[in-house]
Amino acid sequence: MIPRHQTILFALLLVASLAMGAALWHLRERAHQRLLAGQDSAPTSAPAVAPAEQAALLVANDSDGSILTQLHSLPLPADPGACARAVLGKLLDLYAAPDAAHPVPGGASSVLQVFLLPAPDLAGAPPADAKPKIIDNKVIVNLSRFSRASTSPSSPQDARQSEPQLAVVNLSSSFAASHPSGIETEMLTVLSICGTLHANLPRVTQVRFLVDGKQRATLAGHADLTRTYLAGNVVPSDRAHP
Amino acid sequence: MPVMLEIRSFPAAWNRRLYLWAFTALVVARLALAAAAQPAPPAPQSRFVVVLDAAHGGDDTGGRLANNQLEKNFTLALSVRLRSLLAARGIQVVTTRDSDMTVEPDKRAEIANRADAQACLSLHVTESGSGIYLFASPLAPAAPARFAAWKTAQAAWVTRSLKLEGVLNSALLQAGMSVTMSRTSVTPMDSMTCPAVAVEIAPEQSAAPDDSGGLNDKNYQARVAEALAAALLEWRTDAGRTEEHQP
Repeated sequence: MIPRHQTILFALLLVASLAMGAALWHLRERAHQRLLAGQDSAPTSAPAVAPAEQAALLVANDSDGSILTQLHSLPLPADPGACARAVLGKLLDLYAAPDAAHPVPGGASSVLQVFLLPAPDLAGAPPADAKPKIIDNKVIVNLSRFSRASTSPSSPQDARQSEPQLAVVNLSSSFAASHPSGIETEMLTVLSICGTLHANLPRVTQVRFLVDGKQRATLAGHADLTRTYLAGNVVPSDRAHP
Repeated sequence: MPVMLEIRSFPAAWNRRLYLWAFTALVVARLALAAAAQPAPPAPQSRFVVVLDAAHGGDDTGGRLANNQLEKNFTLALSVRLRSLLAARGIQVVTTRDSDMTVEPDKRAEIANRADAQACLSLHVTESGSGIYLFASPLAPAAPARFAAWKTAQAAWVTRSLKLEGVLNSALLQAGMSVTMSRTSVTPMDSMTCPAVAVEIAPEQSAAPDDSGGLNDKNYQARVAEALAAALLEWRTDAGRTEEHQP
């Protein structure tokens, strides 16, 4: 005959085993739920691609020394710095194409970075749009029609957002080394970069250049890279067909 | 007796004065006769100086042209050729370099400014594009000042620089070349206190594969140099005419 205390012990152990089994099942379910919840917040889908927008590129032409405006559709990031780099990359891709009217090797990878800073006040410099540059007697086109955002400032924040900016374009040394030498061809490259920046980012009124992060005297022996260029002075040709 | 003495002493004093006046009158008359006999001296001819700035040089080779030529050698050769042509036409020429040497941009401007020149040409060469490119400073015209900022000294001369650019354009077009005029900042032009134009020579638009009309074509080089010399001769005539009309 089984002693009474052994029966009670067996019953207790059985109850404990069942309770532990139930607890284990419950914990397993909770862990499973937590795992499912974690999977939902994981970035399982690809990041949204920036929508393609029309960008105005001021494309140079060596044959007649003109700068023509061309509209291209390309993904433009919301961040202004990335947007500036994207449009310049597209511009330099056009120049690197085999049938380019202004052939310059390098392509999009030649633009290392574009930094956007508050524009310093250039003493004596007229407003960018007030002092047009005359290239080959071509007429002036108001580039602001290509602007992506043009609102009059109504609050301090808006005013801050409409303040003029200085774009610092950092080019690669291989681009400068392989650029054709000459006053005309170098100035066409510089002016088309300045004009393209202003056309797509109207707040960019001044442009400076670096090569591999350092200041350089000239692009390829002629175009002065130590000065600040007024981006609004670049004038595309009247033969532009947007 | 006292009267006699008076009469004797009076003429003696006047005689000395009379001799002195007579001698002076004779000298003046002689000088007047000599002046009348000689032809009138020509009006002092105004000094006309041209500065030729052969771009690059020394360590700064400039662009690399066809046949592995360097821009610095080409500009120097053109400067030497143009200097000869101008000297043959009686124009005084100052060059920023006569050999393959490094000359800093500020030094070039200094040479031009010391020469007090009536025309300054900065000579460049390129393989890109076609024809001749003429560049004047993009600075806004300003009134001459006793002290001018070094980087914008050209502002007081930019109006005359544009006129010189026009004269060069006419001469080059007359020589059958295609010309593109523009305004851009080219060192050291903005620091020059003279009518200054940068001339960039590219191959002719109709350059053939055998290099006729190309940068190595001697005939093309000679035509460019002749056209520039003719333009500077015209510029000297214009400068003389302007001086004549000045009060």
